[in-house]
Amino acid sequence: MAEGVDPHVFYLIVFVLAIFVGYHVVWSVTPALHTPLMSVTNAISAIILVGAMLAAGPQLMDWGGWVGVVAVALAAVNAFGGFLVTQRMLEMFRKKEPKAGATEKH
Amino acid sequence: MSANQVALWYLVASICFILALKGLSHPSTARRGNLLGIVGMAIAVVVTLALVYSNTKNVAMILVAIAVGGTVGAVIARRVQMTQMPELVAAFHSLVGMAAVLIAIAAVNNPAAFGLPVPLPTGNMLELFLGTFIGAITFSGSVIAFGKLSGRIRSAPVVFPGQHWLNLALGIAMIGFGIWFFLGGGWMPFVVMTALAFLLGVLIIIPIGGADMPVVISMLNSYSGWAAAGIGFSLNNPMLIIAGSLVGSSGAILSYIMCKAMNRAFISVILGGFGGEVAVAGADEGKKTVKSGSADDAAFIMGNAETVIIVPGYGLAVARAQHAVKEMAEKLREKGVSVKYAIHPVAGRMPGHMNVLLAEAEVPYDQVFEMEDINGEFGSADVALILGANDVVNPLAEQKGSAIYGMPILEAYKAKTVIVNKRSMASGYAGLDNPLFYMDKTMMVFGDAKKTVEDLVKAID
Repeated sequence: MAEGVDPHVFYLIVFVLAIFVGYHVVWSVTPALHTPLMSVTNAISAIILVGAMLAAGPQLMDWGGWVGVVAVALAAVNAFGGFLVTQRMLEMFRKKEPKAGATEKH
Repeated sequence: MSANQVALWYLVASICFILALKGLSHPSTARRGNLLGIVGMAIAVVVTLALVYSNTKNVAMILVAIAVGGTVGAVIARRVQMTQMPELVAAFHSLVGMAAVLIAIAAVNNPAAFGLPVPLPTGNMLELFLGTFIGAITFSGSVIAFGKLSGRIRSAPVVFPGQHWLNLALGIAMIGFGIWFFLGGGWMPFVVMTALAFLLGVLIIIPIGGADMPVVISMLNSYSGWAAAGIGFSLNNPMLIIAGSLVGSSGAILSYIMCKAMNRAFISVILGGFGGEVAVAGADEGKKTVKSGSADDAAFIMGNAETVIIVPGYGLAVARAQHAVKEMAEKLREKGVSVKYAIHPVAGRMPGHMNVLLAEAEVPYDQVFEMEDINGEFGSADVALILGANDVVNPLAEQKGSAIYGMPILEAYKAKTVIVNKRSMASGYAGLDNPLFYMDKTMMVFGDAKKTVEDLVKAID
């Protein structure tokens, strides 16, 4: 990083570029999978877990640390639940497989 | 673990998340994508755990909290029904919002735990203020959305005089207290700002009616991402910024797509007061006649058709008739009839909901078509079977001057015969009469969707 550039400017650059990436990737998602898209982005937003873990592991465990522990638990519900329910949904999206024993009538 | 190592691992996790979204471009790659998303999350969590351990060794409670939360999440994911997906997603959004608020509180209390300088630099305070109020609005807004979607609170819009002015005043007050906090006001303005944000989240969502829920849920999806990104800024954490922006832009795009499919301006949905059942007394009511028939008649027509296109609407999902529809389609296929499904973007209570419901009923996805892909085929179809849909097939949308002019529709009226199942002649959510029902080639089959489709299954042989 060039001398004198405020780290916040650097984060702003990351932020804007990430929005661009998100914008282009999401437009390529097929409309049929918009519900799984929403549940997987929901699971990804559980990344807030990372912030919660920092809050929950301070040097000295005061009440703020316990607030962090609650945040970890909430975000963990989201992370596990979000990805697992997405997986469950996507398992349903299957191509028609020829049924064994079914007779073709035409 | 050094800060640089952590940052590089976060980069790997971010790429996993991007690939997870990219996988959703086709059902055949979607499962792999989701697995990559899980890998990304696992990397981010393990690396952060290592970071906390190397700094403070204080990780026991973190592990306990992850175990408890993870177990709850896994059980919910296993038990939830696919018709309940919208409320599940709303509930999950509220968790992200609440977690964001709690992290912000912890950061104000003890910035050192996050490796931030004490006292907090003003830049971080500003971002903390943004992350907190977006998180708080996401939380309370999602709780209300969850209540409306799950039927725990009435889904009709709650409107009262001066509502917009009240919201505006509260919004300005919230920002005022936020600036006070930013200028070094400490706990008091922070707490007041957060409380106002919780209240505002409730007030923003209560005037929005049930039919606009696909937009609301997409919007809250977006907010939850921005909340994570805001917290990321205040903690100087690029992982949160990147993942949060991906989610934020995804939700924004979905909101846009839903608004377009409903022919609504985003701003008017957000201001609310629409989306309830609108009763409009038609001036020419009674003059027009509809042709109604029985399930047997409909079964006879479809049995002799070559191609049938099924248009499932939300009414079908409410009646939980997807499995019966699939059974009917199988029977028709056995008779040599080609059966396809046509899905309007707002057929359901969240984007893509109908596709999931059909997939759950084991309808193969290659029989299910999006609006743009199937509209050209109605002209050559023998039968369009409309189940619990109304506005999305209303030809008035193509007539200049009508209230829904410009709304994209499924061109079911082009089929040689149109069979419509509805409970009654009540108008749809737009409150408009539907000329499709009065066409000579249209046959109405009145009754509950599930009962009617089950009768059709019995009648086809």
